[in-house]
Amino acid sequence: MKKRAGKGTVKRLLKMLFEFFPKLLPVIICLIVINAVISALPSVFQQRVVALIQESWEQGLSWGESRPGIMKNVATLATLYICSLLAGFAYNQLMAVFTQGTLAKLRDAMFSHMESLPIRFFDTHKRGDVMSYYTNDVDAMRQMISQSFPQLLISAISITTILCIMLYYSIWMGLVIVLGSFVSIAITRIVGGKSARYFIAQQKYVAATEGVIEEMINGEKVIKVFNHERDAEAAFDKANNELFEAAFNANRYSNTLMPILNNVSYIIYVFVAVVGGLLIEYNVPNVSISGLPISIAVVVPFLGMSRQFAGMIQQISPQINSIVMGLAGAERIFALLDEEPETDEGYVTLVNATEKNGKLEEADYNTGVWAWKHPHQADGTITYEKLRGDVRFFDVDFAYNPNKMILHNITLYGKPGQKIAFVGATGAGKTTITNLINRFYDIEDGKIRYDGININKIKKSSLRKSLGIVLQETVLFTGTVMENIRYGRLEATDEECIAAAKLAGADSFIRHLPDGYNTMLDGDGSNLSQGQCQLLAIARAAVADPPVMIMDEATSSIDTRTEQIVQRGMDALMAGRTVFVIAHRLSTVKNSNVILVLDHGRVIERGTHEELLALKGQYYQLYTGAFELE
Amino acid sequence: MSVLKKLSSCVREYKRPSLEAPIYVIGEVIFEALIPYTIALLVNEIKDGRGIDRILHYAWILLAMAVASLIFGYLAGISCAKASCGFAKNLRHDVFYQVQEFSFSNIDKFSSASLVTRLTTDIQNIQMAYMMIIRTAIRAPLNLVFSFAMAFYMGGSMAMIFLLVIPILGIGLYAVARVTMPLFKKGFPKYDALNESVEENIKGIRVVKSFVREDYENEKFHNASEDIRKIFTKAERILALNSPLMQMCMYSVMLFVLSVGSKTIIASNGAELDIGQFSTLLTYSFQILTSLMMLSMIFVMITFSAESAGRVCEVLDEKSTITNPEHPVMEVKDGSIDFEGVSFRYASHSERPVLENIDLHIRSGETIGIIGSTGSAKSSLVQLIPRLYDVSEGTVKVGGKDVRDYDLTTLRDSVAMVLQKNVLFSGTIAENIRWGDKNATDEEVKHVCMLAKADEFIDKMPDGYNTYIEQGGTNVSGGQKQRLCIARALLKKPKILIMDDSTSAVDTKTDALIRKAMKEYIPSTTKIIIAQRTSSVEDADRVIVMDNGTINAIGTSEELLRTNEIYREVYFSQNKQGHEEEPSVETKEVFA
Repeated sequence: MKKRAGKGTVKRLLKMLFEFFPKLLPVIICLIVINAVISALPSVFQQRVVALIQESWEQGLSWGESRPGIMKNVATLATLYICSLLAGFAYNQLMAVFTQGTLAKLRDAMFSHMESLPIRFFDTHKRGDVMSYYTNDVDAMRQMISQSFPQLLISAISITTILCIMLYYSIWMGLVIVLGSFVSIAITRIVGGKSARYFIAQQKYVAATEGVIEEMINGEKVIKVFNHERDAEAAFDKANNELFEAAFNANRYSNTLMPILNNVSYIIYVFVAVVGGLLIEYNVPNVSISGLPISIAVVVPFLGMSRQFAGMIQQISPQINSIVMGLAGAERIFALLDEEPETDEGYVTLVNATEKNGKLEEADYNTGVWAWKHPHQADGTITYEKLRGDVRFFDVDFAYNPNKMILHNITLYGKPGQKIAFVGATGAGKTTITNLINRFYDIEDGKIRYDGININKIKKSSLRKSLGIVLQETVLFTGTVMENIRYGRLEATDEECIAAAKLAGADSFIRHLPDGYNTMLDGDGSNLSQGQCQLLAIARAAVADPPVMIMDEATSSIDTRTEQIVQRGMDALMAGRTVFVIAHRLSTVKNSNVILVLDHGRVIERGTHEELLALKGQYYQLYTGAFELE
Repeated sequence: MSVLKKLSSCVREYKRPSLEAPIYVIGEVIFEALIPYTIALLVNEIKDGRGIDRILHYAWILLAMAVASLIFGYLAGISCAKASCGFAKNLRHDVFYQVQEFSFSNIDKFSSASLVTRLTTDIQNIQMAYMMIIRTAIRAPLNLVFSFAMAFYMGGSMAMIFLLVIPILGIGLYAVARVTMPLFKKGFPKYDALNESVEENIKGIRVVKSFVREDYENEKFHNASEDIRKIFTKAERILALNSPLMQMCMYSVMLFVLSVGSKTIIASNGAELDIGQFSTLLTYSFQILTSLMMLSMIFVMITFSAESAGRVCEVLDEKSTITNPEHPVMEVKDGSIDFEGVSFRYASHSERPVLENIDLHIRSGETIGIIGSTGSAKSSLVQLIPRLYDVSEGTVKVGGKDVRDYDLTTLRDSVAMVLQKNVLFSGTIAENIRWGDKNATDEEVKHVCMLAKADEFIDKMPDGYNTYIEQGGTNVSGGQKQRLCIARALLKKPKILIMDDSTSAVDTKTDALIRKAMKEYIPSTTKIIIAQRTSSVEDADRVIVMDNGTINAIGTSEELLRTNEIYREVYFSQNKQGHEEEPSVETKEVFA
């Protein structure tokens, strides 16, 4: 937040706002200008009325005589007021539409851009940091767009207008006011500058205290089991007291800024009055555009203007903080929008197909048969290849960053109907291999072929559609159980979803839930056990019905008896399809066609369960419990 | 009313600044009201051309008033900051301390996430409202009254216009607040939900991408975002009526004062109203209308924070379901455990009890294994022993005495429990282990780590026992975390040690070594081991097979293998492939 946002940010922000609302924004700016000018004008006519009254009084005119002149000005004033009201009304209404519209468009742009980013982005950015784009930064922008910018524009116009009027009357008097304003600005900077520092400190301690609260409340049950309540209280008190100090300092400064500025404006007022009096008293020659001599008629309007001037400065000063914060927010949001999205140069797509006389033809309805549509650039022909789920790795190397190879020379064949298992310690590269199949990451060297096609040529969306994945960390979305299962295939019927749940062994526990399949789940699945979440994730993948399935520790939290039920269902589902399994529990992988034992990114053993046992190598040691997987 | 009473009890040592702030505000307001009056006198002096002496006379008065007003304003600002921040501090303190007294059921009732929100966002809202109340809520009406009085004093009958305008503005502002408030109340939760869905997407980005659901998620988000835009646009458009309404009133007053005022001045030749008074009247009009505007803001603010206040008071009012008895037993005799006719339900209104009619007797020093499918209430059973929950019917006895007769601290010090969903706290490894016993020596810490087989990996870490554990224990693996949690519990030197599936991420060999070490070093401790692997309970003195909230069988591993169907199924699913029978038991509801 300390970093000064550059001019580029302002320019880009304005450009973006203009692109969001190319018609509305100019109208709003016009209205702001009209408003500012109109609201400066009435005071001129007010002064004129006052002057007229003074005149009439001095000349001893009766009300009847002076009335036409006064009423003419009052009528002009009334007209101005009506214009100002209309302009003000229009401005306020449009501004509400503009602000909320901008926020909505901004959120949409951020979200859809975020969805397009590669997995790498999410690996390198903390969830809380990404969240704060949507909360803190958007909030700061809202404040700036809806209040600070217009206010600044209005104030700038008003100040210019008043300055012109001052020059018209008297430069000497104008100087007094300008000098006074500099004092006000200086005070704002001294007090306001500190306040900004204290506010940043306050933010820090708020975050620290919330951290303690979150940690303690989430660990409350452990605290109770260990009778640690008093220690938790002590840790909390420390954070809480620090927060109090910081918050007190921040609020002390912001609370006192207004009364100071307000009363300084009175002091300036007194100075203007005294200087005016002195100028009249000693008949100092006036310097002005109008050429008027210093007189009461000059000094009195100046007193009014000094108040107006001070008022403007008072309105600008609180905006400074919010503009600095708003621009910092905008800069961060732009940084997010500038992140390079996931590239996809693939052109082979997955299509519905019908098989006629052994030849595949594309179909525009759901046929249950899928084919790879492969346009050949060289001769412009299109060939169709049936989707079978044959995945092969040839000498694949991979590194998250170029200096540190994660996988070395991985070669493997996953034929339709086979179950291939990966076993190895944390960090051996099991999950990484599966992340290469669905192209969350791209390989460094070697080849991966899917049904004989280089996976780089396959469109990512088509590739991923053909893969079903159940991950170790099950993520469910806020919504009903049914919606969560249907996530696998949006057009699946209720019956198909229920069938998938039965297959995954989830049906019976779902029926025990308060509202069965319509039970609402929290995003984190906190009303389910970890095992139940996994069963749902399996059902979700089952409903997608893909030819290749990747199960990454998908049954780790399910007890072994339930796992067997699931296994049976999955085996039925996966008949004739390819399954990649990662599991800590060796009983899960025993019946695989091939088991690959990984160590530090290399395949050190491969074979069936029996073959590997006979080998008496690493797998044997793991199986007999002589070796630790952690 | 009780909400206000409850909250005001948190003011405590900040009563002084809370009371001082309004007093300073009163001073500030008085001068703010007097200053325009003095200005009017000054303007008249200038207008009448009375010379610099008279001007200086009023200039000094005005200067003195401005300084006085500044001081009052300054003091008001400071005491107000102190009072509101202090109040919030006390409130947070009280709520946090209250949660420390909560039982597990209390925590379950509110949920951790909701408790965190109440401690953070809600209290922040209340702090803002408190600041507003002691500062503006007194300032605005006072300002209104003073300005009103001054307007009457100066403008006489002309000030009657306010009697007409104020009700119109008041009603208008009130109506706007009334209409917008429900919209905001509807909008804010949607906004929170939107942010939650963003968080879900970040967390589940791999799922989204795997299922190629980017467009689907975009559309879902767009619809939610659009919904919010509509609500807030509507609310803000109505709210935006405030400013033209205010302007309209202001302008009407201006026009009225200008036309009627000028007539009065000229007709009476300055006797009823002079020019200075006339200008001042305009200033006061402005102040009156601003005060009304502020009042409407306060109204909105207080209504908003009233909800937060209600939520915070809910926590403060909550009675802990588990409290110390009046004459607690301060010593646990031995590690024997008896369940006598125990039934248990998490909520009194749940239809089916989680545990039903449990009778179980465990001798001191025995090692008991518990096996059962997901949702068979294994955890619920053992959580009754350290009185994390109270039984619904029957009694649980430890050391021959009802657990409800013990001092809670004494009981829980003697019954150590390694929870299934366990957490480490930010701090060094040694600090985390010392949760078991603050005064433990380094040797004792190392000893329990050796028992839990955590010493090897700790020694390999760069800073050994001083390695810093990140919040949530993210920098140690699952198995390492479990072993640290076991070591932490062992340091308590408990009479009863309960391990609720606490070695699930530890490999079988290490698991066996831990059990062996415990057998050798703490033989007199009663040990209860909940496990998914039969190998973890094979050498227990007795194994309990839980099924659907009841005890299905008790016996040694060998006995059960011969006689118990469930145990056999579990055993064979993990050990031999020869078992072909269809498992007949379904997964049941889980209360994790």
